[in-house]
Amino acid sequence: MSVLVYLIPIALFLGLLGLGAFIWSIKSGQYDDLDGAAQRILMDDDISINKPDDEKN
Amino acid sequence: MEQCKRISDKLQISGEVDSNALGYEGLVDRAIDGNKQLSILVSGVHCAGCIQKIESSLAKEQDIKSVRLNFSTKRLAIIWQGEDEYANDLVKKVESLGYGVKPYTPDIAKEETKLQEHFLLLCLGVAGFAMGNIMLLSVGLWSSSSETMGVATRDLMHWVSAIIAIPTIIFSGRPFFRSAFKALIAGHTNMDVPISIALILASGMSLYETMNQGEHVYFDSAVMLMFFLLIGRYLDMRAKGVARSSASELLSTLSGFANVIEGGNKIKRIAIRDVREGMIIRVASGDSFPVDGIIKKGRSSVDTSLVTGETLPTDIQAGDEVYAGTINISAPVTIEAIRVADDSLLADIVRLMEKAGQSQARYVRMADKAAKAYTPVVHSMAVIAFLGWWLVGGIAPQDALLIAVTVLIITCPCALGLAVPIVQVIASGKLMKKSVLLKSGDALERLAVIDTILMDKTGTLTVGKPVLQGEYDQEIMQIAVSLAAHSSHPLSKALNNAYKGNYLDIEDVQEVAGKGMKGKYNGKLVKLGSHSWCANNNDPSSSDIELWLSIEGRSSIKFIFKDSLRTDTVETLSKLKKQGLDIIILSGDRKEVVENIAKECDISKFYSEVTPPEKFKIMEELSCKGHKVMMVGDGLNDAPTLAGADVSMAPGTAIDMAQNAADIIFMGEKFAPVYETYNIAKFYQKLVKENFGLAVIYNIVAIPLALAGLVTPLIAAIAMSGSSIIVIGNSFRLRLGK
Repeated sequence: MSVLVYLIPIALFLGLLGLGAFIWSIKSGQYDDLDGAAQRILMDDDISINKPDDEKN
Repeated sequence: MEQCKRISDKLQISGEVDSNALGYEGLVDRAIDGNKQLSILVSGVHCAGCIQKIESSLAKEQDIKSVRLNFSTKRLAIIWQGEDEYANDLVKKVESLGYGVKPYTPDIAKEETKLQEHFLLLCLGVAGFAMGNIMLLSVGLWSSSSETMGVATRDLMHWVSAIIAIPTIIFSGRPFFRSAFKALIAGHTNMDVPISIALILASGMSLYETMNQGEHVYFDSAVMLMFFLLIGRYLDMRAKGVARSSASELLSTLSGFANVIEGGNKIKRIAIRDVREGMIIRVASGDSFPVDGIIKKGRSSVDTSLVTGETLPTDIQAGDEVYAGTINISAPVTIEAIRVADDSLLADIVRLMEKAGQSQARYVRMADKAAKAYTPVVHSMAVIAFLGWWLVGGIAPQDALLIAVTVLIITCPCALGLAVPIVQVIASGKLMKKSVLLKSGDALERLAVIDTILMDKTGTLTVGKPVLQGEYDQEIMQIAVSLAAHSSHPLSKALNNAYKGNYLDIEDVQEVAGKGMKGKYNGKLVKLGSHSWCANNNDPSSSDIELWLSIEGRSSIKFIFKDSLRTDTVETLSKLKKQGLDIIILSGDRKEVVENIAKECDISKFYSEVTPPEKFKIMEELSCKGHKVMMVGDGLNDAPTLAGADVSMAPGTAIDMAQNAADIIFMGEKFAPVYETYNIAKFYQKLVKENFGLAVIYNIVAIPLALAGLVTPLIAAIAMSGSSIIVIGNSFRLRLGK
């Protein structure tokens, strides 16, 4: 049973890691625009800021 | 394209306006590190292409730091470095792409729900993490006994569970504790009271057991209970997320700018709320009147369909009164403000809506009714268990308390908490596929019990646009359409829609305000317009919507239009009547028109020429008599009634204000969604009742076990999740059905 001394902290650490990622995803606004995320996946390129020269339309 | 044309129209007409002064510089916020931020609402965004078009073209502009369009809220946030005035250039850039722009007024109520949603999601995440980890330990505890595992190991596992569970319950239990506390302070009880008591007692007792090396440790059940309940709570919140906005906020959606003429001919754009009585305002054609006023200069026609429900535009000239919110159609006019925004007819309607909103808050949701009946039963059961075991059964008070707490844990309304929200979410998903948008969570509950439907006519039963009736000579048609192409009058548009072919070249085309169009074709004068202007005096005038074409030297021709019913209106109405619902038509339109439509739909009860307050009164009287009323409407004139009725629906073509006031929005050309939604609501009602029934059956099985003191932590955990899963499974039947 002494292996529990390692296993329990490891399990807790992994769980906390997941929780941390979840909290980060809420804080960074990833749940704010769920419909938009579904649409953005269809866009070809990332939009680059301040590049007036390429393909002026 | 239409958008672009309208904007260029405006720029042309208000040529003397300083083109830089759009007024957006006043709305610029300071962002961190000295950058400027502007938030605007963009209309006409439909797809990924729109997002890309707007974002990439703005990103190419100078000094832009970031640009992000939120597709769900249609809110565009631009951050740049530089002057406030740059905002106007950016707005113009978006407009030139063909999208409409409105100032975004941060809406505190909505921000608040957003924050609450985040808070619940956070609580849910933490509870999920804790549940996973505690279960990991609990599986070990359940599958062995203290003999095989050893008391020390078991206690270690209990302590680890306690260390995870107690902070989690303090953190994630807050939504329940807060609401329970509020209810208790106000002197009544709700579903959160037994939940909070069960959570606190379960964790408190488990901690006590852990410290005394006991075996009745329920941390897993407590956290699991909380996790399931938070799922229900979060789903409930999401369903309410797009809920009805308050009426005062609606007024701000109509906010915008007015072009005020100062000192002769200088035009200044000011916010509508700053317009004062006596100010002279210029209203371009295609714009809506910002305040109630009297026409000073110009002749035009006004589309009052939003306010009065009238299908045809009314002609206006100097001296006539116009109402805020109506649309100026044919020519620019100058008006003098006679009532400021707060006193306008529009504001009256808003106030009526506010009143309506308050009256509706009295509705008690089914879940709350269930909680009211449930709480006392559960609490007295626990007390009986405690007193019974202690006084009659003769065991120690600590052990009796243990049994009482087990009763509370096992009866905790886990399944009840899920019974409503899960059906709600599945129902709204199913309706979404049928292009019906559910705006308030309990709308279906209210829809299922209605007995009377009030229907608006224009735009609800009918398509809302006049359609040309009958066949006409090809040449005549060609001349008429070629003239009509120069005008934006609804009848001209209808004529245009009915024609496919080439246009003729007509010279000297002029729009004569309030009368029609005239021009020269092959040297002959041609006129298209009203009866009095185009027809000979002996041509009969009728009650139909009509347009006359006169060609010099020939007798004049009459075009007849009708605002026709939606293709499936009659069928849908008869299905609704078969369900025993009483249907009444309420319209602001003329009596003959309403009578015809009522006859076509086979409906005997109708009211014509009713004003918005009258519509509201008819609805109120019906409610007072004990009827449950649904209102279906699309215009501003329907908005108060929509807000005040027990439940309301609006078509997707309705104006913003009506859509905001309605509980349910249906999209598309068809009327059938009204019936389909009613059907789903009925099924929804049935499922919710079944779910409550299942929860009760579960309790009938579980409570005797708990009362007998036979429940172990394992049985508690199985019972808890088992009942929730059964309820969820039953709710999914809604997906399978029809």
